[in-house]
Amino acid sequence: MAKKQVMFTFPQSLIKEPIIYTLDHAFNVVTNIRRADVSDNKGWVVLELEGEEEEIERGIAWVKNRGVRVDPVSGDVVEG
Amino acid sequence: MNMCEFCLSPLEVVYDYKAMAKAVKRETIASGPFGMWRYRDLLPVEGKEVDIGSGFTPLVRAERLGHELGLDNLYIKNDCVNPTYSFKDRPVSVAITKAREFGFDTIACASTGNLAASVAGHAAKAGMRAYVFVPADVEPGKLVSIAIYNPTLVTVKGNYDAVNRLCGQLAEKYPWGFININLRPYYAEGSKTLGYEVAEQLGWRAPDCVVYPAASGLSFTRVWKGLDEFAMIGLIEPVETHMFIAQAAGSSPIANAFQAGTNHVHPVEPQTIVKSIAIGNPADGQYALRIARQSSGGAGAVSDEEALAGIKLLAQTEGIFGEAAGGVVVAVLKKLAAAGQIKKDQLTVAFITGAGPRTQDTVADIVRPVVVEPTVASFEEAVAARV
Repeated sequence: MAKKQVMFTFPQSLIKEPIIYTLDHAFNVVTNIRRADVSDNKGWVVLELEGEEEEIERGIAWVKNRGVRVDPVSGDVVEG
Repeated sequence: MNMCEFCLSPLEVVYDYKAMAKAVKRETIASGPFGMWRYRDLLPVEGKEVDIGSGFTPLVRAERLGHELGLDNLYIKNDCVNPTYSFKDRPVSVAITKAREFGFDTIACASTGNLAASVAGHAAKAGMRAYVFVPADVEPGKLVSIAIYNPTLVTVKGNYDAVNRLCGQLAEKYPWGFININLRPYYAEGSKTLGYEVAEQLGWRAPDCVVYPAASGLSFTRVWKGLDEFAMIGLIEPVETHMFIAQAAGSSPIANAFQAGTNHVHPVEPQTIVKSIAIGNPADGQYALRIARQSSGGAGAVSDEEALAGIKLLAQTEGIFGEAAGGVVVAVLKKLAAAGQIKKDQLTVAFITGAGPRTQDTVADIVRPVVVEPTVASFEEAVAARV
């Protein structure tokens, strides 16, 4: 089993969508929310994903495809 | 481990400030070595330092630039003159010292230039193996300034996200000290010396205003921390410095959040020639944002054209050739002064954190020589035409 820490940033149009619930159920990935802030027009969630590596990657690809931005929680590693 | 397992936020080094206040005095610092390691008692290290001669760079009074911008009390902290030509030598020196303490024999980093050169240079000094990962499209001139120190230089085919992902995976797989991943809490602390030095060079006081370029936001927070720690241990009066963030408009997630009044730093896709500060998903953005707000400072962003004009203005008024991030600082400073956010008489320090020659192609249009025949007449004719 692999673990991956990521940040989802939701556009206004997707804030009310059950994206994380669907990720949980459709991809056999356990989602564990650690930090979050959701308002009327924007939302972000920092969470840990646990599951088979391929399944996590498939799930992340689906989330991105829905229009959610996905970033590593550690921020960008490449520096100037 | 470099993140809190509970909230997944970056870990911080914790100090015993009471003990520090007893042990560290102005006199002991002033009698120390002429470099960043004069502040050794305030840094999280125990072993012998890996020092290539970094720090205690010039703080110069910038009268001509100040005159151009309408500022009577302007200083430039010229960190271009570090051994590998950028401020990165400060955090890397601390991180590699710590890596050696931890028993790592190999260090690594992912970078587009300044960090990679600094890591490779320090590894050479320490006799450690180094792996340096750079995006495949990095300019050839930058590669020379890295390769000269003989690290294993790895160019990664793919975009920034691909390099980010690969290095994250390698950091988990190999027992290496990744400078800005598993060594990041220590790497961060080296930049505190910028704050210490400025306070000492000003005669043991904090400036009224600071303008500093932000990429991940990490070193911006550490300049503030350096000033604040000096006050905490009684070396200077309480700090009332207004901290201003400077970013390129094509990669300005922190400045965007400041202007929008939000607490969340929304990631962006960098689109700027100012590569050294082009970080779209800044790890310490929210902390930098908090300091800018709490210090009654601010944040500004300027276009690439304004940044290039800033490079030229700095060079042509103060004789300092900074990299594009320095141009961003000068251009944001110009806006802040024009808007009255920085007052004419406030003691202001603008930080130039990297040297220009590594990226001199950005201002290649400046080369417009007067071409003459080898005769006095030709010279006088050509010069008269130029005037």
